Amino acid sequence: MKTILVIGNGMVGYKFCEKFVAQEKYKDFKLIVFGEEPRVAYDRVHLSEFFENGDADKLTLAPRTWYEQKGIELHTNERVVAIQRNTKVITTRSGRVYSYDYLILATGSTPFVPPIKGVHKQGVFVYRTIEDLENTMQYASNIPNGKAAVLGGGLLGLEAAKAIKDMGLEPHVVEFAPRLMPRQLDEEGSKVLETKMSDMGISVHLNKATQQILGNGSIQGMAFSEGDPLELDMLIISAGIRPRDELAKACGLGLGERGGIVVDNTMRTSDPNIFAIGEVALYNQMIYGLVAPGYEMAQVAVDQILGKETLMSESIDMSTKLKLIGVDVASFGNPFTTEEEAHAIVFENKLQGLYKRINISKDGKKLLGGILVGDASDYNMLLQLQQNEMALPENPEDLILGARGGEGTAMGNVMDLPDDAVVCSCESVTKGGICCSVLQEGHETLKSVAEATKATTGCGGCKPMVSDLVTESLKSLGKTVKVRICEHFDFSRQELYDIVKMRDIQDYDELLNTVGHGDGCEICKPAVAAIFASVYNETANRQETIQDSNDRYLANIQRNGTYSVVPRVPGGEITPQQLMALGRIGMKYDLYTKITGGQRIDMFGAQLHELPLIWEELIKEGFESGHAYGKALRTVKSCVGSTWCRYGMDESVSFAIEIENRYKGIRSPHKMKGGVSGCIRECAEARCKDFGFIAVEGGWNVYVCGNGGANPKHAELLAEKVDKETAVRYVDRFLMFYIKTAPPLTRTAAWLEKLEGGITYLKNVVIHDSLNIAEELDAEMQSYADTYKCEWKEAVETPAIRARYSHFVNSDEKDDTIEFVPMRGQKMPKAWT
Amino acid sequence: MISELNTYEATKLEEVTIWFKAAEVSKFPKNGGACVKYKDKQIAVFNFTRRRVWYACQNLCPHKMEMVLSRGMIGVDGDDPKVACPLHKKTFSLKTGMNLNGDLNSIATYPVKIEKNFVYIGFSE
Repeated sequence: MKTILVIGNGMVGYKFCEKFVAQEKYKDFKLIVFGEEPRVAYDRVHLSEFFENGDADKLTLAPRTWYEQKGIELHTNERVVAIQRNTKVITTRSGRVYSYDYLILATGSTPFVPPIKGVHKQGVFVYRTIEDLENTMQYASNIPNGKAAVLGGGLLGLEAAKAIKDMGLEPHVVEFAPRLMPRQLDEEGSKVLETKMSDMGISVHLNKATQQILGNGSIQGMAFSEGDPLELDMLIISAGIRPRDELAKACGLGLGERGGIVVDNTMRTSDPNIFAIGEVALYNQMIYGLVAPGYEMAQVAVDQILGKETLMSESIDMSTKLKLIGVDVASFGNPFTTEEEAHAIVFENKLQGLYKRINISKDGKKLLGGILVGDASDYNMLLQLQQNEMALPENPEDLILGARGGEGTAMGNVMDLPDDAVVCSCESVTKGGICCSVLQEGHETLKSVAEATKATTGCGGCKPMVSDLVTESLKSLGKTVKVRICEHFDFSRQELYDIVKMRDIQDYDELLNTVGHGDGCEICKPAVAAIFASVYNETANRQETIQDSNDRYLANIQRNGTYSVVPRVPGGEITPQQLMALGRIGMKYDLYTKITGGQRIDMFGAQLHELPLIWEELIKEGFESGHAYGKALRTVKSCVGSTWCRYGMDESVSFAIEIENRYKGIRSPHKMKGGVSGCIRECAEARCKDFGFIAVEGGWNVYVCGNGGANPKHAELLAEKVDKETAVRYVDRFLMFYIKTAPPLTRTAAWLEKLEGGITYLKNVVIHDSLNIAEELDAEMQSYADTYKCEWKEAVETPAIRARYSHFVNSDEKDDTIEFVPMRGQKMPKAWT
Repeated sequence: MISELNTYEATKLEEVTIWFKAAEVSKFPKNGGACVKYKDKQIAVFNFTRRRVWYACQNLCPHKMEMVLSRGMIGVDGDDPKVACPLHKKTFSLKTGMNLNGDLNSIATYPVKIEKNFVYIGFSE
């Protein structure tokens, strides 16, 4: 049996072990690992997560038991101090001696601390190990609200700045170069990132040559060659890395001029029995501070020891993508081409903090590299285009601007990639490998493909692409990709809708007993509740414990567990008398009142037991539930229209009231909003609603599938210049079709985006009745309108439902933990601590 | 507010010294919860009808320190019974009190027994 000693238990050292024991022949070898840190190898890439959760175990790559199970001898807290190459032995700090057949140097690197005067003062830290972080956090806790800087505006430095911010200190970044992330970004890209950072309260100081660390014993500031000094209470140095080559140096292995152990493409050092991998290895005269090349080196070393001929790639891909302080930043291929080499296409939107640059070869055929700041969602596909030298679309700018007009995207389909395209660079998994695990090995889910191939298990950046490949491969096998709403039902919402309807299923338990398994959860219960509401037009009162919390109590739960009350104000039309009634009730129950975005009035701060009392009074005044708490029609917003407005083409308010009353109470996959504008000035903003009508010369234009919110979408034109009756009929059908087919919690815009054929298809269904279901849809919608009842009226008048509105079951007392504080003459919940 | 958390200590069946008579079974919704007042404590009690089991835990959600868990939806995660907080859908095991979808502190759980159509909650103090 031969012995392999691995010096270094970092990410690459661990990866060597993992890859080695995956080989059949590993039992012929004895593996002994030495790590100088007290912990077993952990994920340094996600080190900053330690600041967020303080849980070191979460970063662990494999627990100690893993090493035991694999027969690996692991010595942590044990530094190797000498290598004797002639006798092939090493000596550890505790004086133990081990002999080897092969030696793996995976000693990694150490943070470079520039020789600045005063750099050894207290409060100056580096950012590399969990211990570094613990020391930093400990120090930070003694300087509350203090100022702290990072020296170095590279990748790691910016991560550290985020950590400083998370520790509650005022963050600064000091960089010698004229831009941030000088290895990844050009000047313009850096500027966009700077703006984003200053928006987040991180001050950036560029072009700063640090002269001295100021302070008496502990740090008080930094002095620069030019400009004012910066007052500070703490400093983290992140100015690059230096390879840990001292052992190699002492035993006479070949080193580079500026350090690093020279290796060839087999990872062998100048001594053929000694390999160097990871950040200590100098390959092609370069040190690679990234995980992916380190992992590849580990694989090469494993294979070489086992007699295989695997060689290290000629050129190392330095592409990176990461989320820095909430901002996507990516850089790939050659990001900095000159004008002689390539044409750069640049897109910049300062308002949104977007910067995209792609470098196209002079002949326009190849993508050479690029930079993405603010939105890196296209990174994976761009990287593939570049690495595989794939053909570019006719207008390469479409790659960063998106295809304008026409169907499909400029990127093409993932299945067009060549089989040897590396999709997961951390684990070197190719497109062919992923597809093969689906097509030939029978893996059918992303999870099982990930377990089999290890793809996505490194940085995880390739997840969307791997997921697409799995889906597409399954499709090519003729297998439908099963969409399940949760672990309790192997069906999509649309399938469940049909099951409930066809089998005449009456309640949640019956459905679970018939086609589900287990006992349900907070995902399937509300989804199924919405289906029952749609199929039987039943109110949320009947099966109250499967309703989302807001539906269960017919009110919107707010920060402190109190509720808000929103009566319906159809079309936003309200009489002075109704306004006075709302005012009176609001004052009586001491409610905070605010006008909503949907032209109605929201009253906050009602305790659970007050809800029926408030509603009893509202109903007496002629109000109905506004369904603000439900996945249902919220409001139909209107402008004042031709009754008053001198431009109005038609009566938008009358129409809005009519339509709001038609659809009120209908439950749907998500909330729905409508709008009616009396002319093309569009004061009701009907084109950012799920459905909208705009009066034009000769009738109404009908728009569908718009929304505001997180992803604003302009609505699409469904029909032009139709009369009111036709307009309503089209929207009836459209809504009914949406209610029946959309997945849970999907707004109309997102639903349309996934609908094959898009708006053209929808027009065919709604206008031309291509599915021959129009009659059915019309009838269903009409039956909703005919069977509407106000669920608050039902609740107030039914003692059993009313009894639900008590904070305690065994006492009439109210919840005395609720606290309010005054604000601008009203009240608000006491803030969360 | 954090000190409020300490008012709730998980109680095991063998530690029970007081069985508090809370309310009639019919007061609790099927497959749902309601809140019981015991001294200065608020206890969420769940009638998991489908499994014919009752559970009790603190009403206080450790995420934002609000008295809301009794109004949460119950369900299962694999075989583990759980409650989802109505504010941010943080889920907790009703058996162990552990936070199932995050790193929040565990919630205190209490034994429940049903006798002569009444719900009793077990406390050690």
